[in-house]
Order: sequence, then structure tokens, then C-alpha cells
Amino acid sequence: MAAAPIITSRDVHLYYGKHEALKGIDLDFNPQQITALIGPSGSGKSTYLRLLNRMNDLIPNIKITGDIRLYQQDIYASDMDIVQLRKEVGMVFQQPHPFPFSIYDNVVYGLRLAGIKDRAVLDQAVETSLKAAAVWTETKDILHESALALSGGQRQRVCIARVLAVKPAVILLDEPTSALDPISSSKIEQMLVDLKKDYTIIMVTHNLQQAARASDKTAFFLDGQLVELNDTVNFFTAPAKKESEDYISGRFG
Amino acid sequence: MREIFSQELNDLHVCFSEMGMLVNQAVYNSVKAFVNHDRELALKVIRNDVVINECEVDIERRSFEIIALQQPVTRDLRMIVTIMKASSDLERMGDHAVSIAKSTIRVKGNRRVPEIEAAIATMAEIVKKMVEAVLDAYVKRDDRRARKIAQHDQQVNEAFQRIYERCITEMQQNPDTVIGSTDYLLVSTYLERVGDYVTNICEWIVYLKTNKLIELNVNNKETL
Repeated sequence: MAAAPIITSRDVHLYYGKHEALKGIDLDFNPQQITALIGPSGSGKSTYLRLLNRMNDLIPNIKITGDIRLYQQDIYASDMDIVQLRKEVGMVFQQPHPFPFSIYDNVVYGLRLAGIKDRAVLDQAVETSLKAAAVWTETKDILHESALALSGGQRQRVCIARVLAVKPAVILLDEPTSALDPISSSKIEQMLVDLKKDYTIIMVTHNLQQAARASDKTAFFLDGQLVELNDTVNFFTAPAKKESEDYISGRFG
Repeated sequence: MREIFSQELNDLHVCFSEMGMLVNQAVYNSVKAFVNHDRELALKVIRNDVVINECEVDIERRSFEIIALQQPVTRDLRMIVTIMKASSDLERMGDHAVSIAKSTIRVKGNRRVPEIEAAIATMAEIVKKMVEAVLDAYVKRDDRRARKIAQHDQQVNEAFQRIYERCITEMQQNPDTVIGSTDYLLVSTYLERVGDYVTNICEWIVYLKTNKLIELNVNNKETL
């Protein structure tokens, strides 16, 4: 279990203009684990998550300091290839937004961008990715129909398959199930647990039960700070910090 | 996510069943040691109780984690509550086996009464069958069988009553058997208590299946 962390971050600060949204975050992520980032709205957890594949870059008046490394490489270095970074660190959002094409074309989108044209390679990637995203049996006979015809839960799994197709090392998920019903959410949680042997998974969630059920580590954010990072089992049975206890037992937030 | 929960619940059942088998063995061996005056076997029962206690702690820890992380409801919640409560009953049964084993070690060298020892062995046989049956009923979630098993506790109570009367008579007639007979009384009391714990577990099985908390045997009908 003492594998070297795949992502490290040290003293990460982020300012929106004068507002300091992140106040010095030190946080590492281990391979083959699911880390849940929890905390009240405005605590900085989504802002932090988006830093990990530089999704905040285009926000005006933003200032980021500190050190974030993927495989020990500074991802904010001037020579960092952002396309390559986002290939390594995939992202899944709250609202599943498939592109308005077929399921097949959605999944291979990233591969085609990378110039892959070999039909056999693409076919294989579609099957592998949809299977890994636990949506293959529902879609294998309708691969060439529009992804927009799918249900919300299926769309989200197709969006996850789209991320998996480019073989990232890390998957970021920003409240991936908050727009879904409990059954679809449960399928996605199970899928994440099945996927973690091959990926590093970092998930922002407002659903504390989801963090408890699905994650290995829980990181609790409050007011731009990381209050506690702990093994999930410890976090939900005996957290180290009083603020953590108060938050998860519903005393505030 | 149901899969993970089911797996954890299954692991919990395995722990519980293992603990049940250890307790059953402890009760059986403690009486066997007592009747055969087997000090070595009695010591083994005492030593093995540590393992039973560890099982209970392990079951509690697992149950606690499942409740905190999986937040079970309805039948799932009842399942975990049942295991937690029933494992405490099992642990107490193990303690009674230890008490019987301690009596064995104490009694060595005293004058003994073979007929009473035979009666204790018979009583132990009934209790042993009850323990085995309740573990099986638990695994099969068989509430009807649980109700039947609980009825056997009456036989245990009656056996206890007979041993009690026999011991009093013996002590009155042969005062040099007072120490030995006191131990017989203690051992049969422990066995009677084990029967009560089996009844408790029967009640938990009924609860698990029906969501009804019931009393299967009303003890105030007993003469002691």
C-alpha cells in the first residue's frame, strides 16, 4: 500500500482576484485508490480538483501558486503540454454531456483527435471502454445511434467510457452522480470501485454516503483549507478533527 | 455497490459462524473435560477462550464499519444488529464454558458422585444439540426452527431441576460431597445459562426474519 503517490501538491494557493479560494493545500494521491473530496459548497474542493488538469487556466484574474506534480513533473511548468496532461488526467463532470454524435463516435473522439484511424483499434477501444464503464451490454446493439438518446445514467457512463478510451492514469470526477437517480449512482460507484485497480480516481462529492461507500481515502475541505485527509473507514468512524466530525454528523454545512 | 456490501455482510456471517463453531466446541469440551476429569482439556478450553473473545471484537469492529460506511436500512440493518447482539450471546456462552472448565480444575481430588455426573453429561448433550441447531437455523434464517429450538430450553431447565434436587439430597446424606456437589450445581447452572443464551439467539433469528422482538421462553415459570 505504500506505493509512491502519483499526484503530489504542496502549498497550493488559488486566488480569484483578491479572494483566496485555496489557502495552502498539501495533498497527495495514491494509485489504485479512490479519494473522495468532500466539504460544504464554497470550501474549494471543486476548485482544487480542476487544478489537477488545469481546467482553471482560462478563468480571468486567477492566480495560482504552489507546486502540483504528476509523476513528479510540475504540471504548471511553462513547457507542460496541456493536451498531454489532460490525456493523462481525464475529467468527468456533474452533467453528462455526450457530444451530439453516435455512442461509438463519442467514445473514440479522443482517439481520433490523436490521429488513430485503424478501424480495428477503434472498435476494440469502444468495446473495452464501454465494458470498463459498465455500459456495454446496454449499448452494444445501438453503438451507431445517438448518445443523446440514452438515459442520464447511461450518458454519464458513456462519458466515462470516453475518458477511459484515451487511457488516462488519473480520473477526476466532479459530482459525477448528483444528477442521477440512486440506481444509476450505485452502478457508477460500483464501476469506479471496479476501475480503481487500473486508475487513480479523485472524486468530488456532496453525497457523504457515496464517499463512505466508495472511497478509500476521504479529504475534507473547509473554507479553502484541507482540514483532514484520512482513510475513509477512519474518517467515518473516528475522524481526527472536530470539524470533520461536526460536518459528517450534520452539525453544520 | 450492492456487491461490496453483500461481500462484507457475507464475511460477517462467516465470522459469526466460525465463532459459533468455536463456542460450540468450547461448551462441548468443557463438559467432556468435567465428566472425564480431564484437566488438560479443561485448560485448553480456557486458553481458547481468547480466540472467541477476539472473534467478538472482530465482529463488532466489522459491524461498526459497515454501519458507518454502508449505512444499511431495513433487513440489512436488522441483519447487522442481529449479528452484533447474537455474537455477545455467543461470547457469554464461551465464558460459561470457561467457568465449567475452571470447576473441572478445582474439583480434582474431591469425592465425586457418578450418577450426578452422568446427569450433567446428559444435560450437556441436550445443550450441545441446541447450540448446533441454533447455529444451523441462523445460517438458514429459519425462524420456525428457531422457535422449536427454544422450546428445548424447557428440557434443559428440567434437567437442571433434577440435578439440583439430586445434589441437595447428596449433600444432606454425605456431607463430604458438599464441595463436589457445589461444583455440580455450578456446572449445571452454567449449562442452564447456555441454554438461555441459545434461546436469545433464537429470538434474534425470529427478529431477523419477522422484524418482531419477542420473548420465546418466559423464565418466571421456572421454579428457580
